[in-house]
Amino acid sequence: MAITSVKNLKEFSTANDRFEGAHTLCPGCAHSMIVRELMNCTDDNLVVTTNTGCLEVSTAVYPFTSWDTSWMHIGFENAASAAGGAEAMYKARKKKGTLKDNDAPVKFVAFGGDGSTFDIGFQWLSGAFERGHDFTYICLDNENYANTGGQRSSATPIGATTSTAQAGTHSYGKKEKKKDIVAIMAAHGAPYVAQLAPNKWKSMAKGFQKALETEGPCFINTVSPCCTEWRFDPKDTINITDLATDSLMFPIYEIIDGHELNILYRPKNVIPVEEYLAAQGRYKHLFKPEYRHVIDQIQKDVDEYWEMLQRREEARV
Amino acid sequence: MAEKFDLQEREVWDGNYAASQAMRQAKVDVMAAYPITPSTPIVENYGAYVANGYVDGEFVMVESEHAAMSACVGASAAGGRVATATSSQGFALMVEVLYQASGMRLPIVLNVVNRALASPLNVRGDHADMYLGRDAGWIQMDAFNSQEAYDLALCAFKIGENHSVRLPVMVHQDGFITSHTAQNVYPLTDEAAYNFVGDIDPVDDMLDFSRPVTYGAQTEEDWHFEHKAKQHKALMDSVPVIEDVFAEFEKVSGRKYKRVESYMMEDAEVAIVALGTTVETSRVAALRMREQGIKAGVVAPRVFRPFPFEEIRNALENVKSVAVLDRSSPGGAMGAFYNEVAAALYTTQNRPLVTNYIYGLGGRDFAVKDAMDIFADQKANADAGHITTDIQQFSGLRGPKLGFFKTKRG
Repeated sequence: MAITSVKNLKEFSTANDRFEGAHTLCPGCAHSMIVRELMNCTDDNLVVTTNTGCLEVSTAVYPFTSWDTSWMHIGFENAASAAGGAEAMYKARKKKGTLKDNDAPVKFVAFGGDGSTFDIGFQWLSGAFERGHDFTYICLDNENYANTGGQRSSATPIGATTSTAQAGTHSYGKKEKKKDIVAIMAAHGAPYVAQLAPNKWKSMAKGFQKALETEGPCFINTVSPCCTEWRFDPKDTINITDLATDSLMFPIYEIIDGHELNILYRPKNVIPVEEYLAAQGRYKHLFKPEYRHVIDQIQKDVDEYWEMLQRREEARV
Repeated sequence: MAEKFDLQEREVWDGNYAASQAMRQAKVDVMAAYPITPSTPIVENYGAYVANGYVDGEFVMVESEHAAMSACVGASAAGGRVATATSSQGFALMVEVLYQASGMRLPIVLNVVNRALASPLNVRGDHADMYLGRDAGWIQMDAFNSQEAYDLALCAFKIGENHSVRLPVMVHQDGFITSHTAQNVYPLTDEAAYNFVGDIDPVDDMLDFSRPVTYGAQTEEDWHFEHKAKQHKALMDSVPVIEDVFAEFEKVSGRKYKRVESYMMEDAEVAIVALGTTVETSRVAALRMREQGIKAGVVAPRVFRPFPFEEIRNALENVKSVAVLDRSSPGGAMGAFYNEVAAALYTTQNRPLVTNYIYGLGGRDFAVKDAMDIFADQKANADAGHITTDIQQFSGLRGPKLGFFKTKRG
């Protein structure tokens, strides 16, 4: 029985287990928490597609599977197209009456990492949203190509070191800012777009439920701290996520119908981004005096973005 | 319910229209496609059926051919009938997903209107795209005219969806020469066509939640080889199903198809082996050669994959000299089709002389005269008892004569 009103973490964590605990994700990886929240927040039948990435290679290694529901992986870039194709088939077969159970509700969900969502699969994602398939796309954003050992993606923040944008004697790591995927997906006019985080599990479950219940294409960017590539102790995943949301590096908000913005979490005490950065090995080099300006830049960007979100929320446009 | 589409006993259809009518009659559940010359009209025609209520299925116009095949994969795993169409660069963009579709054993039907691959950019017909798909694990059938493009498209559903096959199927036709040339086509009635194709009975249906399925798992050195070997075996084992479906189609249409189509081969001394519209051109040339007293014949695989190794061998083993025609740039080797035919002939007692002609790239015209010249070369080889030319020559190329590879059989 899935949770329909989210009250109790224990109840939630032991609910409907369509995503089995047996998988090979790293200890401390947030992916499994996010996926389990999605699977547990509905009783409806689920067709799940997944782009190539950590989640895929860790949950469907033949002859095993962690998925106790219909699941498909094709390639790195095309989970959105696969979900769209399956959803079109569902409509066709429902109309013709050829489904085994013509009345049971079915939801379509696609998962992708930030590499497949922001970069290589962006066209497929954008196309599926333009066509208006009734599905929910969830990005597990760990800000790098973690599956292949931590290369830069366009979700990697400025100043982070990755194997293909390394910090060194002549470099502070990635030079470019993170792509604003939430704004881009909202600009598609999607009925529901949000950024959510697993430490705020109630708002995450509610956001997932809202996306599943909303007709049309919905997009959710989830913060998925990666202990391996962000370089923190696996036991600290949720602590790091707290720092991410409370420093406003990852503001939690939703955008309805492409314009109506609601902030879903306001930290009581906003902490400096420095605290968030200092907790991770990938930003260690920024604390050298010569790279102080990068930390200042990150703080400035975060402040400005938060200001923008608040103004947009007030403006109701 | 779809509107009734009025058909005459004899229609005048080009190859594209023929393919789109076959998809309408097969009551495809999902058509996911992206248009590209010269197969665009297949997608447009289907769009017209949708707009006017002639189909009940979903029509998903995606943003690229890669997405088209990806959506077909998702749709097919969701348990219904799926088809699409493409050509050339679009086919090339699809290639990644073609391998994934066959690896997941999904019976998707892909109409391929053959066209050259850039660069230089060229919209005309050659077989570069068809060759690009030859290792993708799909069944590949080859139509030489519009009627066959229609007939084989209907057969494709019945072959691919058969439970002992469960493989995707391509139906090839030549860009423009077939796809845009209006010809007499005798369609089946809608009822007869659908009765022939039948309902799809899905296997591992993603929309059957009583039995969840995982598609597209990971395998490494422990299991990948076994999966690929099983997939190859499934292709090889599709032969009797293909033959049964052709036999059943003959019963309802009167039109007989074989995995290898032989023309005047009973007593042939020289032969051309070709694909696509070139087969018909070569047949006319063979007739003319026979008027000159030269016993010429033509052999053509109807089914390119699984490759009809034994049938090719049986058709050609008593011929003295064989020309294999490749309509694709060979890229630093003998033509790929040549290599396959030559491999089959190497295992015969007589080992006919085998030469290779590269021709017709980018839609360069291949006329009866060109085929007659090739037959004349073969006759000279047959009389001499050895290959008298370079083994690989170019037919219809402007400029100095090009030839590669010398024989060591004298």
